[in-house]
Amino acid sequence: MKLNAEEQAMRAGEFGPLRQWAIAHQIKVGDYLGADDLVPVGQAHIMADTESLGVAGVEWLERWTALPEPQRRVRIPTITDPRGTDFAAAERLKQQPWMLDLERRAIAAFEALGVLMTNTCINYQTIMPPVRGEHCAYGDTGVVIYSNSVCGARSNFEGGPSALSAGLTGRTPRYGFHLDEHRRATLIVEVAATPRDLSEWGTLGGIVGRLAGDYWQVPLLVGIERTPNSDEMKHFGAALASFGSVALFHMAGITPEAIRIEDVVPFGCTLPSHDVDEEAIRTFRARYAAEAGEAVDVVVFSSPQLSLLEMRDLAGMLDGRRAMVPLLAVTSPQVKPDADRMGFTARIEAAGGTVLSGMCFYQSYAREMAEANGWRRLATNSAKLTNILGGYGYIPALLSMEECVGIACAGGKRDR
Amino acid sequence: MSVQIFYAAAGMGRKVRARALVASDGFSARYDLDRIRGVFSRPDHKLAGESYGGKVLVLDAAKGGVATAWMLYEMTARAVVPAALVLNRVNPIMVQGAALADFTMISGFDLDITKAIPNGAEVEIDPAAERPFICVL
Repeated sequence: MKLNAEEQAMRAGEFGPLRQWAIAHQIKVGDYLGADDLVPVGQAHIMADTESLGVAGVEWLERWTALPEPQRRVRIPTITDPRGTDFAAAERLKQQPWMLDLERRAIAAFEALGVLMTNTCINYQTIMPPVRGEHCAYGDTGVVIYSNSVCGARSNFEGGPSALSAGLTGRTPRYGFHLDEHRRATLIVEVAATPRDLSEWGTLGGIVGRLAGDYWQVPLLVGIERTPNSDEMKHFGAALASFGSVALFHMAGITPEAIRIEDVVPFGCTLPSHDVDEEAIRTFRARYAAEAGEAVDVVVFSSPQLSLLEMRDLAGMLDGRRAMVPLLAVTSPQVKPDADRMGFTARIEAAGGTVLSGMCFYQSYAREMAEANGWRRLATNSAKLTNILGGYGYIPALLSMEECVGIACAGGKRDR
Repeated sequence: MSVQIFYAAAGMGRKVRARALVASDGFSARYDLDRIRGVFSRPDHKLAGESYGGKVLVLDAAKGGVATAWMLYEMTARAVVPAALVLNRVNPIMVQGAALADFTMISGFDLDITKAIPNGAEVEIDPAAERPFICVL
């Protein structure tokens, strides 16, 4: 890999051992994935919940915090994905003290490295959306796919160690979606049924993700009849990234790099094509709904964190009603104060719900929470969450927000 | 005795010899594993219920999110970890995780490696060879 003078100095340890580790890590990753050089990045975003880090990961972070400040601090804006808890609600969730201790240690370590603890997976809605062509090092699949596809920014999936490396060096290996040649469509999906609500957008994302199959595929959707809003794109992209490990999609006439189909499909190129219709969406949802059976133990709105508008909608659906099973609404630390100020939090909690901030359900010791609370059957409007939670022992049902609220208020019983 | 060798496009980590656990399915540490018990826990994964500790996982494609980048390190530290990962197609997260954990991984074959390696076979992987390879012993 070609390195400039500053990068060579980092590799030689002239900027301290942490930056030396960071650039060595980037070279190793870049060599494997065919990068010729490093590209400067404007922002980094680190996924580092402590369920993923474990004790070993936290100790690894802590060992760098003893370095002198100039050697240990990130050099570009570097923010964080959700944490593994909302400290204010940890007791209600029956999270254990050791989980909170580990979280506190991780937070202290990141702060010592100069990382901003934003604790959000919707930074493109709340912190600083990237702009078209901006190279970034984002560490949440939902953030990456939204930023690449909706904003036209350029990021690969950057796991915690790599996003931290990018924060420390200010660059990342130039491979994958930093390069024009990887941003062209590789398959076409003809959509005959434009989704109507967030869970259907997530469902479509899940279907397309299964069709795409791996990280290097770039689906082009045609036939979408209206421009989706930010929350719809959020649920679609998060599910597509989750089911398919996909980092970039195009929607013909909608997303910025695919205003014309020929912008992303080279002339004369024939791509594999698939159709998705109403029946496919119904079948996908029915499978999850059937597995979950007649009743649910908990209702969760999360993954991605809820926007202010989702909080408003949820509050409206719960007005005058009472959730009889736990109903969790997870949002970001940036949205939460507005939700408080506008009364959405109070309305959700007056109906028996719990508003959580700065965490994400599946990143928060989901298995241990299930065991401690007796949760197994879960209803959600997040397709991404349904895809993840099976491995944690849950049986998830994918339903609309309205249906989820109805179940919560019916004591977990489903009207089928 | 003949030895079957399959060359990969890329590799990292150390030479490994172990038994192969093979399936035509994806891999994500977060989505697919109960990392405490060391078993595949995703009910619809083709290796559901199988223990993975000390085995060479031969699978199709890297799946899921970014957590594996930390989790391989954490699994390695607790020594409840596969011996190596062999994939038809990687995503950057697997590479980043393997790089942090000094974990053995090879990927990219000119055939479907999950069809080529018999489940349960004794295999050797040399990721640092001039052409990284897996061979069935």
